[in-house]
Amino acid sequence: MVAPILPLRAENIRVARGGKTLLGPLSLEIAGDGVTIVLGPNGSGKTTLLRALHGLERLRDGEVHWAVPEPETRKLQAFVFQAPILMRRNVVDSIAYPLLLDRMNRGEARDRATDAAEAVGLGGRLSLAAADLSGGEKQKLAIARALVRRPQVLFLDEPCANLDGKSTREIEAILIEARASGTRIVMSTHNVGQARRLADDAVFLFEGKRIDGGPADEFFSNPKTPEARAHLQGDLVP
Amino acid sequence: MNDILTGMAEALRLILTLDPTLIEISLRSLEVTVSATIIASLISLPLGAWLAINRFRARRFVIAFLNALMGLPPVVVGLLVYVLLSRSGPLGVLGLLFTTSAMIIAQVIIITPIIASISHQAIRELWADYHDLLISLNTTRWQRIKALLWDGRRALLTASLAGFGRAIGEVGAIMIVGGNIDHATRVLTTAIALETGKGNFALALALGFILIALAVVVNLALHLLSKTERSSLW
Ligand SMILES: Nc1ncnc2c1ncn2[C@@H]1O[C@H](COP(=O)(O)OP(=O)(O)O)[C@@H](O)[C@H]1O
Ligand SMILES: [Mg+2]
Repeated sequence: MVAPILPLRAENIRVARGGKTLLGPLSLEIAGDGVTIVLGPNGSGKTTLLRALHGLERLRDGEVHWAVPEPETRKLQAFVFQAPILMRRNVVDSIAYPLLLDRMNRGEARDRATDAAEAVGLGGRLSLAAADLSGGEKQKLAIARALVRRPQVLFLDEPCANLDGKSTREIEAILIEARASGTRIVMSTHNVGQARRLADDAVFLFEGKRIDGGPADEFFSNPKTPEARAHLQGDLVP
Repeated sequence: MNDILTGMAEALRLILTLDPTLIEISLRSLEVTVSATIIASLISLPLGAWLAINRFRARRFVIAFLNALMGLPPVVVGLLVYVLLSRSGPLGVLGLLFTTSAMIIAQVIIITPIIASISHQAIRELWADYHDLLISLNTTRWQRIKALLWDGRRALLTASLAGFGRAIGEVGAIMIVGGNIDHATRVLTTAIALETGKGNFALALALGFILIALAVVVNLALHLLSKTERSSLW
């Protein structure tokens, strides 16, 4: 049995480049199950926060703690980038890649990858080059590749940012299913409707700071800050 | 003009009748250059990948050194290898001077910087694409190099072929270190130089046609590879 890597606690983390603070200082706990949605206007630090939690950003201050030592968490968390990073491989080999890193034999890896592809609706595209997929299919491929190691935590950075309504709905369905099977999801979006549909709780960022958030029903019906209220109403935040 | 026409007719006859001298020289050329290309690729492809994904203090220096080597005139490479391998030189005891081994060594020195430079460029681009993903997947350094070499294989083959193209047509260095000895170190380019000097245009032309054919085949392959590289037919 794999030890649970949650809860995840970020303590006073701060990310800076040059002299400029891009994020924080902020503290945050991710525990239990469900979907945490990170909201905020462009440039508010959503991407930076997710990358920092996943260990892709160097922290100027503070620490990120998992329930087990960090190296043991690496294969149990996965990240889906806003612009999907595709390998120069076909669909099934792209999805199988993380399994091959774990020294799974090729046949078994392909079987698992095929299942994962089918689960995201790419069952008919197995031998197509990743680059030949449509925009929505590329993002589904990235999600299948992220899920194939059965991570406990899945980070997604605006996965539907450039997609049409149909692809967005399909991806939301995939995420709801992942959540139901126990994957803890932490996802950013600037789409308020999507946030309402998926969130169990919310983190609202503004200028790199977490200024609002909480359980979804409270936050969406009664945001505490004017910035969050404006953002949820679709107004331009001052 | 007449010389050239009869020369061409004779050249055609030599090729069509599979003239033994012609075959021998062509095969030796291939043997030397294929060996040199394989050895140079084994050195320079991992070197290119290493340079692309590692930031170490001497990196800039190594890249500048490779670029400088690329500009080295082949004749000078020949001279250096000659001095190293000559009987009184530091590697004289090996007795390699005027053998195909010496020619291979010279060609390796000439094309390693070319292959390394092209493959470094290609892998650096691929690494820029893959960087965040491979870090996120928690890959080891070796797994990263493997993924980059494998997924960049077409670009790397292109680099090797560019090295082959350069080596097969080279004459100065291998003339010096090989000596153009009949039945031992004579290859297409050195034979062309010799036969032309002797006024033996037919054989020279026939050898030239074969050299051109090899170059064309390699360039065609390069062209096809770089085309499929850009489209998604991996
Ligand atoms: N590589 C970088 N160098 C300097 N500033 C950056 C860099 N990446 C992002 N930023 C800045 O960091 C802030 C937060 O960016 P980001 O996390 O991408 O926000 P979001 O994802 O919410 O749009 C922005 O002000 C952005 O301009
Ligand atoms: Mg972003």
